[in-house]
Amino acid sequence: MVNEQLIWAIFFLPLISFGLIALIIRPFFNQASVIAGPIAVLFIGASFVISILTFIERNINGTLTLVGDPINWLTIGAFKLEVGILLDPLTTTMLVVVTGVSLMVQIYSTFYMKDPGSHHGTENQGSDSEPAELGQPVYARYFAYMSLFTASMLGLVMASNVVQLFVFWELVGLCSYLLIGFWFHRPAAAAAAKKAFIVTRVGDFGFLLALMYLFSKTYQENINYLNIQTINENLPTLVSSGTLGAGALTLIAIGFFVGAIGKSGQFPLHTWLPDAMEGPTPVSALIHAATMVTAGVFLVGRFFPLFQASQEAMMVVALVGGITALFAATMGLVSNDIKRVLAYSTVSQLGYMMLALGIGAYGVAIFHLFTHAFFKALLFLGSGSVNHATGTFDMRFMGGLRKKMPITYITFLIGSLSLAGIFPLAGFWSKDEILLNAFRSGSEGGEIVSMTVFVLAIIAVFMTAFYMFRALFMTFEGEFRGGSEKDPEANPHGPVHLGESPFLMVLPMLILAIPAVIIGFIANPPGELLGIKAHWMVHTLDHSLPDSMHHLLKGESFSVPLAAVSSLVALSGIALAIAMYKPKPLISPESIGKTLRPVHTLLYRKYYFDELYEGIFVRQIYYRGLALASDWTDKNIVDRAVNIVGWTGANFGGLIRQFQNGQMQMYATVTSIGIIVIAAIFIFGD
Amino acid sequence: MTLERFLIIGAILFAIGLYGALSKKHAIAVLMSLELMFNGVNVTAVALSRYTVPKALSENIENAASFLLTGQVFAVFIITVAAAEVALGLAIIIAIYRSRSTVLVTEAADMKK
Repeated sequence: MVNEQLIWAIFFLPLISFGLIALIIRPFFNQASVIAGPIAVLFIGASFVISILTFIERNINGTLTLVGDPINWLTIGAFKLEVGILLDPLTTTMLVVVTGVSLMVQIYSTFYMKDPGSHHGTENQGSDSEPAELGQPVYARYFAYMSLFTASMLGLVMASNVVQLFVFWELVGLCSYLLIGFWFHRPAAAAAAKKAFIVTRVGDFGFLLALMYLFSKTYQENINYLNIQTINENLPTLVSSGTLGAGALTLIAIGFFVGAIGKSGQFPLHTWLPDAMEGPTPVSALIHAATMVTAGVFLVGRFFPLFQASQEAMMVVALVGGITALFAATMGLVSNDIKRVLAYSTVSQLGYMMLALGIGAYGVAIFHLFTHAFFKALLFLGSGSVNHATGTFDMRFMGGLRKKMPITYITFLIGSLSLAGIFPLAGFWSKDEILLNAFRSGSEGGEIVSMTVFVLAIIAVFMTAFYMFRALFMTFEGEFRGGSEKDPEANPHGPVHLGESPFLMVLPMLILAIPAVIIGFIANPPGELLGIKAHWMVHTLDHSLPDSMHHLLKGESFSVPLAAVSSLVALSGIALAIAMYKPKPLISPESIGKTLRPVHTLLYRKYYFDELYEGIFVRQIYYRGLALASDWTDKNIVDRAVNIVGWTGANFGGLIRQFQNGQMQMYATVTSIGIIVIAAIFIFGD
Repeated sequence: MTLERFLIIGAILFAIGLYGALSKKHAIAVLMSLELMFNGVNVTAVALSRYTVPKALSENIENAASFLLTGQVFAVFIITVAAAEVALGLAIIIAIYRSRSTVLVTEAADMKK
């Protein structure tokens, strides 16, 4: 039923929506920009339906195989660059995640973004001084960007060619930049957008280098190794024939991983993701929680056979993932901004996915990506709903919202429990499989690495549970602490109006709460369930890899003792959070904060990473070192070379000018000397 | 008397004329120097004609007879043309004198304009 044209439509529908909004509605019908939202929702909705159908036919029935010829995009000599669709279980899973979350977020945005003059800068409060841009026109621009982002992300996951993938990879980065800096008149948002773009570019550079290296190593006229499937399937041959040595393989894998580090906010390029929270909240939910940041995980998954072939690369992936999982969680412990807590949590969960990939649990990592997308988007939408009521993101000025916003509270609670990994919510199943795989894996000399990451991960489980319930209690329990009226740094949008958010904002949260509860169990049940095979999702994903790689996979299973242990750890985290943050705390957070003052400061200042990058890399190395050196080179070498050319011309001209004095006798002299010289050459030349 | 002596005298006359033509400021002196150069050339032409053509005749070189008087005839032509040129040159000098009240060639530096 689903054919190639329909799959292309998944990508083109949001793109058409972008064209419609950006090229027709915004320039010509700006007064009616209210229709931009429904248009975007409609197109994404259609895309979502096709994605679901594709998912069912490809992953469940297994009836769909794509035989369409790739489209020739570029021919250089014998080299052909082809674009096409790569449709494997990974792609179909990502299609569902991207279109599903995007649809929910767009529905939510139709209301969240409508409130004119809401949720933006403190710098120019009051509608008088605000630029005209802040009225309804923002609405069309927002949905144009969101549609473009969705299209780019879908293009990214469907790409069959590395170059095609890279193009979309950069496009989602661009959309992320545009949307983080959506309220560009706020200096913080503009700076955050710039930071996100530049920091991810550092990673992209690694990706690009790896891409070029791969091409230069494998280019042959008859086989196109830029095709993702071709390279993944031919890896054993390439390695055994010596085309790709072990060193080259590791370098390429690490290069791809550097790109993934940048995009997925992994240590040490994580600094941009918390700052990206300056963007509108639905943007954070879609781009910086569910989709774009998972592109890094997707990339590693896409080239998984390549990574598997290099043990060093796998170790790097596992360790970076493990370190990030714990490292980001520690910073989430002390943050007072609800969105930043969620951002650190996202970084931490992406660390889990990387860790899972690094220990060889491919299907499990993608499974966690799948479940995480739903409950993290839910949590972000919840924080947006809270912000809608209180006008602030600072949890110190919230509190007591449980009775005022019951639906938001319940959905946020579901999201938190799911994220903390409490039975039987979605997060429990995926996180537990990661822990189990880390615990069991240990073959091929990777015991130390997998044990290390297991320990890192289990500590992070405790912290995750703690910071989520800290956030939950600070936000929803106790007395209300004033919202934007008390918070000097808030970006208020009218008076504080405590109460449940409007229907169009609550609806997506309710819908997302359903997969946040059941999707883990449904997609990947520990045993046979209503016709779904045990560990169906992980199994399908793992078995989509080339056959030659199967022996490296960990397989799938479920262990009750380990699940009990991880649940206990999570529950104790929750218990500690309750003890510290319930209305009359058993343990006062202030006293702990005092006792552990240096640690608290270290975490609160985010390990001084911003200062390190800003102070050392940017100011010292870049400004004082590189910039000064290039400035000196420019002034002294480049400019001087240019000046010498000019000087030579001017002075040589002056020399010649001496002869052009208008005196006939001078001309005659020069002529005579010339004749004498010519005569001399004739006479004495031989 | 050998050919070389005539040629040397011709060369000396030509060189003195060239020097004068290039260095003298007075237009009349320049014209006189030009005359010296003409005469240097004339001496050379006549001498070469006198010394080389009979030799060629005696050696039975083909067509030698047709060059018998070429050098001399050329000298006559040059003298005639030189006379005409001097007349022309003096006319120019008078024209310059009338327009600028000077006959110094350094003052007539209009070529660079």
